[in-house]
Amino acid sequence: MTRIRLEDFTVDSLKPLNLVVSNEIVCLSGPSGSGKSLLLRAIADLIDHQGEAYLGDDICSEISPVQWRKRVGFLPAESAWWRDKVGDHFQAKDEHYLQQLNLSAECFSWDITRCSTGEKQRLAIARLLEQKPEVLLLDEPTASLDPESVLSVESLIKTYAAEKRVPVIWVSHNPQQIKRIANRHFEIKQCAIIEVAL
Amino acid sequence: MSVMTLTPSDLAMASVLVISLAGISIYLRLGLAKRIFIAATRTVIQLLLIGLVLKTLFAQTQFIWVALLAALMLLIAGREVMARQQRRFGGLWGYGLGTMSMFVSSFSLTVYALIVVVGTEPWYTPQYAIPLLGMMLGNTMTGVALALDKLTTTAWQQRNIIEARLILGQDWRMAIGDITRDSVRIGMIPMINAMAAAGIVSLPGMMTGQILSGTDPLEAVKYQILIMFMVTAGTGFAAILATWIGAKHLFDERQRLRLERLQQQT
Repeated sequence: MTRIRLEDFTVDSLKPLNLVVSNEIVCLSGPSGSGKSLLLRAIADLIDHQGEAYLGDDICSEISPVQWRKRVGFLPAESAWWRDKVGDHFQAKDEHYLQQLNLSAECFSWDITRCSTGEKQRLAIARLLEQKPEVLLLDEPTASLDPESVLSVESLIKTYAAEKRVPVIWVSHNPQQIKRIANRHFEIKQCAIIEVAL
Repeated sequence: MSVMTLTPSDLAMASVLVISLAGISIYLRLGLAKRIFIAATRTVIQLLLIGLVLKTLFAQTQFIWVALLAALMLLIAGREVMARQQRRFGGLWGYGLGTMSMFVSSFSLTVYALIVVVGTEPWYTPQYAIPLLGMMLGNTMTGVALALDKLTTTAWQQRNIIEARLILGQDWRMAIGDITRDSVRIGMIPMINAMAAAGIVSLPGMMTGQILSGTDPLEAVKYQILIMFMVTAGTGFAAILATWIGAKHLFDERQRLRLERLQQQT
């Protein structure tokens, strides 16, 4: 089991954060512009930050950024695609996750320009999980999805987290969703990240 | 064969053409008359000045003067590369990246051509060194400017894609690989096209000049081939170098995309 530990971790104007997330889903909410996405981006080491992040016994600044990002699975709010076909963005072309997201292996031959926002989002989740990340950092993963897909994403992430025993940090604005999935809930208020009751 | 010398009155006859163009521009209200006059005057003054400089330079063959003129040409070309980029690196990088690439490529290839190919004695004989370097820099400048402009604008537009690729564990070379390849290609294509069209669609300027001054056309052609090869190679190497170093500088030591290192030209 891997756990992620943040030690005096700060980015931008956020107050230093000390947080340990083990095999659990931690929800993070807060007004827009409060720094939720910045925090996830910093944990994925995509932007400059202070403090240190640990993955198990490994220190972020001491392992290669490529290794770190492969192990820390970050899902940005908006997915990006750079080849024409969906399948060209997948390495293993594993159908397993697609099926759980109500998609089939046929998707691999689709043109990316013909996919809807919701399809792209689900494909992005499958693309991320295929890499077998040891931590999940999800930035509003269900914001663009229909209610049915929201539930299938939730159950897929829950299953993945339970089977692989990985910690999940999930940014969500939806109180019902937080109730459904969260083991713990944090809120960003005035640049501080504080735990709130579920 | 020798060259027909032009008298000042010959040039005055030629200037009638430009003056009538300016006249038509006034008639059509293109608003270009003033610019035509200024540009034409600049051409006369700048070319007369460089003619005087070259005449003095050719009379003495002193390394220090050749080197000084070469350095001046490089610095002006570097400024031009910087000015042609919509988004460029801030600070010294904006100027240094293009200038350094042109220096490495143009200077080493010109020296190679002078020593190994042409074999003048001494190798820096200004009559050969300065025109060769001038043609190298002129074309390399275009290639480097095109490549860097493509690199920085595309990286800016596609930052989401670059970051998405970093997130999935690609290293910076791969994450920006499509963009660097496109940039180098854009920088190199004009010269490749020029080689392909040379002699059929266009008579290259240098060859034309040599023929006008009485050189045997076949001799002129041989020099033109040398120039084409040098310029194509020089442009290509400089574009590759500038793009590679530029792309690397878009990332920091933790391979994070650092687009704030670019600034929009105002």
